[in-house]
Amino acid sequence: MTAIPGDRLIADITGTAPATLRSRHLLGIDGLDAGEIQLILDTAEAMKEIGTRSVKKVPTLRGRTVVNLFFEPSTRTRTSFEVAEKRLSADTLSIATAMSSVTKGESLLDTVRNIEAMAPDMIVIRHASSGAPHLLARMCRSTIVNAGDGMHEHPTQALLDAFTIRAHKKRLAGLKIAIVGDLLHSRVLRSNLLLLKTMGAEVWTCGPATLIPAGLERLGPRITTSIDEAVEGADVVMMLRIQQERMHGHFFPSVREYFSLFGLTSERLRRAAGDVIVMHPGPMNRGVEIDSEVADGASSVILEQVSNGVAIRMAVLYLLAGRDTAGNEG
Amino acid sequence: MPQVMDADRMSRALTRIAHEILERNRGLDEIALVGIRTRGVPIAKRLARSLKEINGDDVPTGALDITLYRDDLMRLPVGPQPVVRRTEIPFSIDDRKILLVDDVLYTGRTIRAALDALIDFGRPRAIQLVVMVDRGHRELPIRADFVGKNLPTSARQSVQVRLQEIDGADEVVIEGEP
Repeated sequence: MTAIPGDRLIADITGTAPATLRSRHLLGIDGLDAGEIQLILDTAEAMKEIGTRSVKKVPTLRGRTVVNLFFEPSTRTRTSFEVAEKRLSADTLSIATAMSSVTKGESLLDTVRNIEAMAPDMIVIRHASSGAPHLLARMCRSTIVNAGDGMHEHPTQALLDAFTIRAHKKRLAGLKIAIVGDLLHSRVLRSNLLLLKTMGAEVWTCGPATLIPAGLERLGPRITTSIDEAVEGADVVMMLRIQQERMHGHFFPSVREYFSLFGLTSERLRRAAGDVIVMHPGPMNRGVEIDSEVADGASSVILEQVSNGVAIRMAVLYLLAGRDTAGNEG
Repeated sequence: MPQVMDADRMSRALTRIAHEILERNRGLDEIALVGIRTRGVPIAKRLARSLKEINGDDVPTGALDITLYRDDLMRLPVGPQPVVRRTEIPFSIDDRKILLVDDVLYTGRTIRAALDALIDFGRPRAIQLVVMVDRGHRELPIRADFVGKNLPTSARQSVQVRLQEIDGADEVVIEGEP
């Protein structure tokens, strides 16, 4: 009897995960329980296969309109959402603010209400203000997907990170995960901390004291300023980008000093577990938070994260689209 | 609930279908089996075993999840959404004869979705349909090529095919008043 790989996984799916999300929006990892996270990750497993076909398209969201509204520059996330939407056959359009009426002074709510007048089903939004998607979810009829809001959350990034970790380690619970870099400005960190805590991983965060936000410990991680301590025995090392564009002050003396104290090099990585994987949400600053040798090395799964991003976003759009039809409460 | 087939009858029906497949297709050179999730998959694997026992050849076997091709997916008024599972067809279907396998043939809508899904994988030379039970009540112009048992039912009844691999026992039962 030929075993079909994945059958065991399917047993897991039918066994534990619920078949639907509770909310019709995805505003953050905050509010998702372990079962919902597992449902999204399991659904993404099925979506990933579609990307391996010669015809990379299924008719699931035919006739649905999805608007990608990006008030901040983005290549990876916007492209990833667009590819996911097209693979599900949704009609999709992307609005980048540089080319929109926002530059003429229109407010967020006015912009979105005008878009809503054209009856889209879903709006994927990235905005520099924390909470912008939550405001829209209260004020609009469409399903809202948060593609990154200020320094708050970036839920699909945390989901694709978890998906990538699970693909390599077969689990999330009990892993030592080191997250190193700009802890202060990172929405990727916040979403990851919430998700990894819910799924039972042991998270160490590390960065210069000036880039450690007050109250970080309330999200559950161990906090250190020594990268060697954070990386020691780690199963996963996740590097965060130094976000020059959000830094309105001097947080460290120089890029060179930052790299010498917090940059991930091959020597430092030797302290980690033998089968460690190195992750980065992109875009990378080579020679600032990560050495090129590590970024392109055998432990790096950075490009895998990008491929997995499409599958995760397909899963989220599919699950929310069904949720939308299933009733409009919540 | 009345049992309409037991393990023995199901096994004999599958062996008969295996012989019919060989007779109709004159050999297995270009044949592949694709089971529709969930219960079409173990049935397809069993057919592959029967074909190998009779003919000695391995028949490539895949699994198809049709959830993303359903015509009712975004119409369900309430209730949870179907869980999407992996489609696994680890061979090219181009120019092959595909035997599509499912447990129960009813309205024909699942098969319609499966045909759409299969055609996204390539251009098979032919697609033939194998079902354990045909219970009638078609809503689309679809018919099976190989049938384990024709079972007249009323639309109020439900037919369950249970399989060792999933349900722990082999049987076909019919539930509800005729």
